[in-house]
Amino acid sequence: MSVTHLKLHTQPEVPLETEVINPTVFASLSQSGIEHLNVMHGNMKCKLGDFFKVTGKGATEIHIEGDLSGVKLVGAGMSEGKITVDGDVGMHLGVGMSGGEILVEGSAGDWVGPEMSGGRITIKKNAGHMVGSAYRGQSTGITGGEIFVHGNAKNEVGSAMRRGLIVIGGDAGDFTGVNLLAGTIIVLGVLGIRTGAGMKRGTIVSLQDAPMLPSFEYSCTYHPLFLRLYFSRLRANGFRRKIQSQHLSGKYKRYSGDGIELNRGEVLLFSS
Amino acid sequence: MKIKKTEIKDTFAEAFEMYGARVIITADTKQWARAAAASMTGFATSVIRCKLEAAVECEIPDEDTPDGRPGISVLLFTMSSKTIAGQLIDRIGQCVMTCPTTACFNGLDSEKTVTVGGKLRYFGDSYQISKVIDGRRLWRIPVMEGEFLIDDRFGIQPAVGGGNLIIFGSSKNIALRASMAAAQAMREVAGVFLPFPQGLVRSGSKIGASYKNLIASTNDAYCPTLRSISKETAVPEKVEAIYEIVADGLDEDSIKEAMRRGIYAAADKGAMLITAGNYGGKLGKYHFYLHEIANGKKK
Repeated sequence: MSVTHLKLHTQPEVPLETEVINPTVFASLSQSGIEHLNVMHGNMKCKLGDFFKVTGKGATEIHIEGDLSGVKLVGAGMSEGKITVDGDVGMHLGVGMSGGEILVEGSAGDWVGPEMSGGRITIKKNAGHMVGSAYRGQSTGITGGEIFVHGNAKNEVGSAMRRGLIVIGGDAGDFTGVNLLAGTIIVLGVLGIRTGAGMKRGTIVSLQDAPMLPSFEYSCTYHPLFLRLYFSRLRANGFRRKIQSQHLSGKYKRYSGDGIELNRGEVLLFSS
Repeated sequence: MKIKKTEIKDTFAEAFEMYGARVIITADTKQWARAAAASMTGFATSVIRCKLEAAVECEIPDEDTPDGRPGISVLLFTMSSKTIAGQLIDRIGQCVMTCPTTACFNGLDSEKTVTVGGKLRYFGDSYQISKVIDGRRLWRIPVMEGEFLIDDRFGIQPAVGGGNLIIFGSSKNIALRASMAAAQAMREVAGVFLPFPQGLVRSGSKIGASYKNLIASTNDAYCPTLRSISKETAVPEKVEAIYEIVADGLDEDSIKEAMRRGIYAAADKGAMLITAGNYGGKLGKYHFYLHEIANGKKK
């Protein structure tokens, strides 16, 4: 399969909005056509070629080099193909993504995969706030797909998530799974405070103990068999070192909540 | 033709189209998985009265099951794609969900699927939870022990039922020994199961009877006690006992391979004659010719 290479040659002074970096958009274009795609540099309309050296013509696989921490909306609306970012990337990565794969070798800014409905985003290092979350004012967050963050994530992971899987390999900030509607969030490190606040259904798992809100009630300590299926899969996807055999066969404390909502959500905390 | 001292009759086994499913049962221990499988495959020898034919296909090592626990593969066949879902729901619901520590997974990758866990979930009385893991929807049904985990949908596919061998012995012991050896060899073929006790049938049947409304009756042609009075007798002199082995399989080739192995194993253990049951070729879609199979290459 051919690959289109982008190399950042000019660092943007203000955030650069690049929703055109999308395999479907690139697929039918020549090298020149890709270079002439419009991007917004602050409030200035520019060309992609003003910031990136483009090599290769249209392909459903895109490889990007450089420090993209000031580059927003990479892979927005993506439905197929693959984007690899060989470094850090800015906010709103993969917004509205419905298919394909994004791999970031470095860290990502806030709002990874908001309104996502399919596909997979993998961040090899850390992610900012609002991973896989609903945008402010929206009642529903992601409705499908998978987000794997191998490092830490900040606040409000999976806010109002409706379906899908979010895995944080390190620690998560406060309000993980706030207003969760359904779906699964797995945090292999430490959870912050107010986990699952306002959740209706869905599952939040942590391999560490965590402070629970008073509106969550302890049910029992048991072995949730279904976690073996998740964990086996995650071990095959780069989380082998963090998920040990004791986590596959061990017991978890089950809390039901949030009592101020439907009370059909669950928080599972590894016990022994 | 002869294999060693065993005569192989120039005839064919007539088999039918069925629909099959493969269910993977896992549990904390092999013993519990076996207990669930035994319960699930009880009263499942023949569609004539059981409405279903089922048996254990094989045991599965921990590393090859979906949840990494000891597993057992069970094959279940019915005559129609319309009846298989109901049988799966009934048998999994009553025999697997009830069995301590078990979980139940689809074992057939097929385009055609039927809803099983998606129906059994209602047992959870709205407390059930759905999880989609790697594109596969599972249901977690709360039970007194914890949770029962089951796939939402199970694959089904056209299958073959009624491959058979009829094995003659000069004594009951020899016939039994040859038949058991054949059954053991046939069971080792993946995708094949033998629905009768230990794979053997002593009460082989023919279609119809002298009594009205009886759809099947004893196959008098193969009853040694009736040799002198049955007009249809096919029991040679010096034959004291005959057993039938019925083999169901997910495809024609696996049935053929099972029959080939069965023929050679029975011959090796001193069977006097091996034949097969058919209805003149008018009823079944599949015809398995014994000479052709015996001369076939080993797979």
